[in-house]
Amino acid sequence: MSVNLTLLLVMGVLYACGIYLILERSLTRVLLGLVLLANATNLLILATGGYAGLAPLFSKGTDPRDYNDPLPQALILTSIVISFAVTAFMLGIIYRTWALARQDDIQDDVEDRRVAQTPSYDAEDDAEVPQETSEFPLAAVAAGHTPEDPEPGGEAPLNDDEGGGPR
Amino acid sequence: MNAASLAPLAVVLPILGAALTFALNRNPVAQRTVSIGLLAATLLLECWLLAAVWTTGTASVTLGGWLPPFGVVMVVDQFSSLMLVVSSVISLAVLVYATGQGMADGDQEAPVSIFHPTYLILVAGVSNAFLTGDLFNLYVGFEILLTASYVLMTLGGTGPRIRAGVTYVVVSVVSSVLFLIAIAMIYGATGTITMADLAVKLAELDPVTRNLLHVMLLVAFGIKAAVFPLSFWLPDSYPTAPAPVTAVFAGLLTKVGVYAMVRTETLLFPGDTLNTPLMVVALLTMVVGILGALAQSDIKRLLSFTLVSHIGYMVFGLAMSSVTGLAAAVFYVAHHITVQTSLFLVTGLIERRGGSSSMDRLGGLAKLSPLLALLFFVPAMNLAGIPPFSGFLGKLGLLQAGMELGTPLAITLVAGGVLTSLLTLLAIARVWNRAFWRKPEDAEYPDPILKDTAAVGLLPRTMVGPTAALVVFGVALTVFAGPLFQLAGNSAEQMLDRTAYIQSVLGPEVTVPGIAAPGSSGPSIQGGAK
Repeated sequence: MSVNLTLLLVMGVLYACGIYLILERSLTRVLLGLVLLANATNLLILATGGYAGLAPLFSKGTDPRDYNDPLPQALILTSIVISFAVTAFMLGIIYRTWALARQDDIQDDVEDRRVAQTPSYDAEDDAEVPQETSEFPLAAVAAGHTPEDPEPGGEAPLNDDEGGGPR
Repeated sequence: MNAASLAPLAVVLPILGAALTFALNRNPVAQRTVSIGLLAATLLLECWLLAAVWTTGTASVTLGGWLPPFGVVMVVDQFSSLMLVVSSVISLAVLVYATGQGMADGDQEAPVSIFHPTYLILVAGVSNAFLTGDLFNLYVGFEILLTASYVLMTLGGTGPRIRAGVTYVVVSVVSSVLFLIAIAMIYGATGTITMADLAVKLAELDPVTRNLLHVMLLVAFGIKAAVFPLSFWLPDSYPTAPAPVTAVFAGLLTKVGVYAMVRTETLLFPGDTLNTPLMVVALLTMVVGILGALAQSDIKRLLSFTLVSHIGYMVFGLAMSSVTGLAAAVFYVAHHITVQTSLFLVTGLIERRGGSSSMDRLGGLAKLSPLLALLFFVPAMNLAGIPPFSGFLGKLGLLQAGMELGTPLAITLVAGGVLTSLLTLLAIARVWNRAFWRKPEDAEYPDPILKDTAAVGLLPRTMVGPTAALVVFGVALTVFAGPLFQLAGNSAEQMLDRTAYIQSVLGPEVTVPGIAAPGSSGPSIQGGAK
């Protein structure tokens, strides 16, 4: 299989620019990057068909090898339609981001940041058990963990509730 | 006419439904009737397909009059029909749930008229991906379901959903581009994209080229299946979507990725060329995922992390490429689709009853609504793998297969699997203790709605019903685990054998190549990859 060098070079440049752009934080640039990547891939599919040949419409007496390979072109058409739809949708949500937050940047996940900042000491799990329910010495107090606020109403054993758990 | 002749209907019916419901968007009652009716019809059809391939074996149908190596084919074998049935059961349950939610809330929050058509297109895409026997058509199936999922993810267009949607869309598009590049390279190398034909022709390629193509496909599918180093998008984006949408995404979308990985490993690139890296990745997925779950205080995020973690089990079963391992993986996929979806649906109910899905704000739900507690408890124990539930059986199958294999790496994975199961139990027990058992006033920031013991109307029957049905279906997987394991074992044997699949597409005269001589060329392939 032989390929067209110019197409390959264009494809490489498109991939390079596309990857550079999707690493940006600005959504519009990310979108442009995705468009470039999709087009570079279309060129790649085209390249798999080999050199350009005759249009694959049957005419008597033509050597089958003179025809162009039609399948990659069918694939490209499908992939163009798909990337068109996705681009339109991306533009929609970029516009929505702008309408909501007046900015074009990818935003941090608030909950993710909150979890990352959570201290490893957890009042619920790591505080010592209230004295009434425990028959063991409070090793946790000796280890230096004193609960900042004693839990209100935590004296009763937790599983004392009527109807708790599936019966 | 064979069994597969009706298979395209599993894609056509939902798409027809999408068109009809879109036209009926002024009439919610007709819209609901059409979408639920057509999905139920699809489910019946798929049950019939499963029964047909169970008796007559793998069947295929060519579309558009093009003969197999050129045109698009659809192949129904036991694995794909099992996936179709399970996916339709949960998509039907979620659709009824979502309809119930829409009816209970009125239309103020989400544009429900868009929900039905989009949802049906998602189902069509999933069915297409399961049925297709053509690599590019698989890409199209992925795109159909992904495009629908973009819309569902950002339904309503609120700030958090748009933020999560952007990440989701960009990651999905990049993975699709990778998949498309892999298809182009495979076409360049072999001159075909029909999967059965590829199974024959890829075996003739140079081992280095084969491995390159193999890795590219696995990376593309790994992003979609959320396998560890490629999984970070999932817990970031899933929790913000509406509850039914998250439920169906958690159940189906990652599993379509797993399904594609299974086909890649068994049909296109059989043999154990990449089993070692896959096992390492499976171990990391299990352990890192579940450690992430332990750090969360939001139930939806916690469940998203358990979802990632349990993908590791399926990859583990797949990476063993033995009949027992693959059978356990198939069983586990069916189990996990059901259980994970029911848990997300229950979380939607928790959100309604308790006002939030954050564990800091919840408490005492077991007393407020014992039914809700039961609905959470059963799938939660099932997920953690407590006997006798199907989660236990699936994990047991995987562990047995791992011990059978007996390599040090497999034993490590068995240990990792047990550890992950225990940590899942820990994560689930934390949810149980906080949201269900403690008193509402013990919560850090108790939601005022927890004091209102009379707010029964917050749990409408139309939402509890489908959730309960799905929980019962999950339990039924346990009760009928025998036949299901037999089905999983049969499909694993068929997939590893490949003859039925290839000959059903290309005709009985085609000879199926052996598994690329694992004894002689296997080690050199490994060496070439490094």
